[in-house]
Amino acid sequence: MSFQRTQEKLKILADAAKYDVSCSSSGSNRFNTTKGLGDATGMGICHSYTEDGRCVSLLKILLTNYCIFDCAYCVTRKSNDIKRAAFKVQEVVDLTINFYRRNYIEGLFLSSGIFKSADYTMERLVAVAKKLRLEENFNGYIHLKSIPGASDELMREAGLYADRLSVNIEIPTESGLKKLAPDKKREDFIKPMVKVKNEIIQYKAEKKIIKSTPKYAPAGQSTQMIIGASGENDFQIMQTSNFFYKNYNLKRVYYSGYVPISYDNRLPQIGTAVPMLRENRLYQTDWLMRFYGFDVSEILNEQHQHLDLDIDPKLGWALRNLHEFPVDVNTADKRMLARIPGLGMKSVHKIINARRFRRLNWEHLKKIGVALNRAQYFIICDSNQFEKRDLTSEKIKGLILQNSTSKYRKSLSNQLSLFG
Amino acid sequence: MQAKNLIYDGSFDGFLSAVFHVFELKLKHVTIQNQFENQNVLFSENENIVTEETKANRVWKGLKSRLSSLGRYQLYYAFLSEQPGIEDVLLDYIQYAFSKSNPIDKDYSHPSVLKLAQTAKMVGREKHRMEAFVRFRLTKDHIFFANIEPDFNVLPLIQKHFKRRYADQKWMIYDIKRHYGLFYDLEKVEIIDMDFPTNFDFTKTDSEYFSEQEFEFQKLWQDYFKATNIGSRKNMKLHIRHVPKRYWKYLSEKQPE
Ligand code: SF4
Repeated sequence: MSFQRTQEKLKILADAAKYDVSCSSSGSNRFNTTKGLGDATGMGICHSYTEDGRCVSLLKILLTNYCIFDCAYCVTRKSNDIKRAAFKVQEVVDLTINFYRRNYIEGLFLSSGIFKSADYTMERLVAVAKKLRLEENFNGYIHLKSIPGASDELMREAGLYADRLSVNIEIPTESGLKKLAPDKKREDFIKPMVKVKNEIIQYKAEKKIIKSTPKYAPAGQSTQMIIGASGENDFQIMQTSNFFYKNYNLKRVYYSGYVPISYDNRLPQIGTAVPMLRENRLYQTDWLMRFYGFDVSEILNEQHQHLDLDIDPKLGWALRNLHEFPVDVNTADKRMLARIPGLGMKSVHKIINARRFRRLNWEHLKKIGVALNRAQYFIICDSNQFEKRDLTSEKIKGLILQNSTSKYRKSLSNQLSLFG
Repeated sequence: MQAKNLIYDGSFDGFLSAVFHVFELKLKHVTIQNQFENQNVLFSENENIVTEETKANRVWKGLKSRLSSLGRYQLYYAFLSEQPGIEDVLLDYIQYAFSKSNPIDKDYSHPSVLKLAQTAKMVGREKHRMEAFVRFRLTKDHIFFANIEPDFNVLPLIQKHFKRRYADQKWMIYDIKRHYGLFYDLEKVEIIDMDFPTNFDFTKTDSEYFSEQEFEFQKLWQDYFKATNIGSRKNMKLHIRHVPKRYWKYLSEKQPE
């Protein structure tokens, strides 16, 4: 490995890969049973954090940033005047192994621009993963990008070496995709996704019968959507998200606030703020859907197509549904506890455990970690002090905002001033 | 009855031996202190406790029937916090556990249960941090070496993780605050003491001790760390919350160039 050449390539190809946010390393179950290197079990570890506060857990690079496509929202697009580079398969293997041995990373996240053809590119991604597993006896985490349009045969092989496969749909609606990436088709994204989904189901079924069946993409599939590049509203975004969760058994959908990288007039111009607060609200909605028992239509629907920026989506839902409250924390079922603003699932479990010993009052709830500044308007507990005024939604919202120091207050006022 | 202050040798078995002593003599007004922490407790009589494995095991076995496995590991984690006075919280917790027939480890409305859970959580967080922040550096004699300075005594807790993960390389993790380390020789992990050369600077990678390759990979890692950041999303407050400044000095990506 020539140090200088590798260094140059690494700078270019890490920079080009950084906009993909789907870099979690959790959810696999690859044990180090061979006395080899590494394991990928349970929760992934964030070994560091970038200055923008995001987890660094994988070596996230492109194999190459040469690309035959010209997607408007992507720095790697053909028409962009940038330095291009390409790693050799062995270089990626060496970097991964040496970073891993020093405890810098949990594994590799390898994506690529599309050079020559989808299959030609996918073949090389698979070659890296195969080498790591078979020659280096590497059991760390490997996330490969599924290249849109790659053949079923290659996707099958990819899943045998990778923990996770992902293909980014990037643009939430088909009309947006047509506008920004005219040479790409929704079907091309979906084809490898369907193949991987079916393989996962099949391997799991076989594993039940034959123990020695190899693992196939044990951490499943994910995808990413860019937020704020093509004018979709939150309702459309979350509908797409819900559709992909339901139809392709995705483990995760990631939302990535668009970082302006081009003067193309189809897109927000360079200098436009990254919609980070909106991104955060979408993630909160995603969590409500996946872990809090909400149906997406309860939060976003025809009548209500935008998430509030000033309050979180659960509080928003509660304020629209005051008839469901107050909830008695000493008797309510888990489903309803999870719907109280200011209560995370951890607090819900703690309450369920603690109330078996005694009836809980405000003091107990506070100690458990309930955010009472929000929750107090929606609950009663073992105390005769509770909100007795018949407050309107507007009033409650005002009271809560008055007493909260949102970490987003600053970016919120920035974003609001855009309309002001 | 005269109040007692039991002094043990700092080990977990020592602490459990002290607990045994409290139960055996049905002591009422009692505190337990690590010999290194020993401060005179007013109006108390000091008594030294001999560490006895059989007594410690009996207490631990008793706890097995009273606590869930979560409760037991919380107890051990909280012990490793080395916080002043934590022994008395643990003792109160253990006494509460033995006074009830049902497991009490989830009764968060009891002050000692809550305190213990919170302390265990802090220690757990430090364990995870160390699993994340250990940075191995390859020495000239092919050992991947890391030094740490954790807030709590977490080496015993991270051993399993590193052994499982780095089964095919020799490694050493040294706690320079507590002056001991773990060494894995491709077979087993041993607890070791080390004398470092007087000019040894833990924050620097010296070519006298570390392999040539080491410098290249540190450089590549630093480059990677910089390139993967998105400038327009910069958020140092969040960054520092995740990687508090006190950990920076041993992180390869945070070294000045
Ligand atoms: S195909 Fe992928 S890498 Fe190429 S321009 Fe489109 S999004 Fe970028």
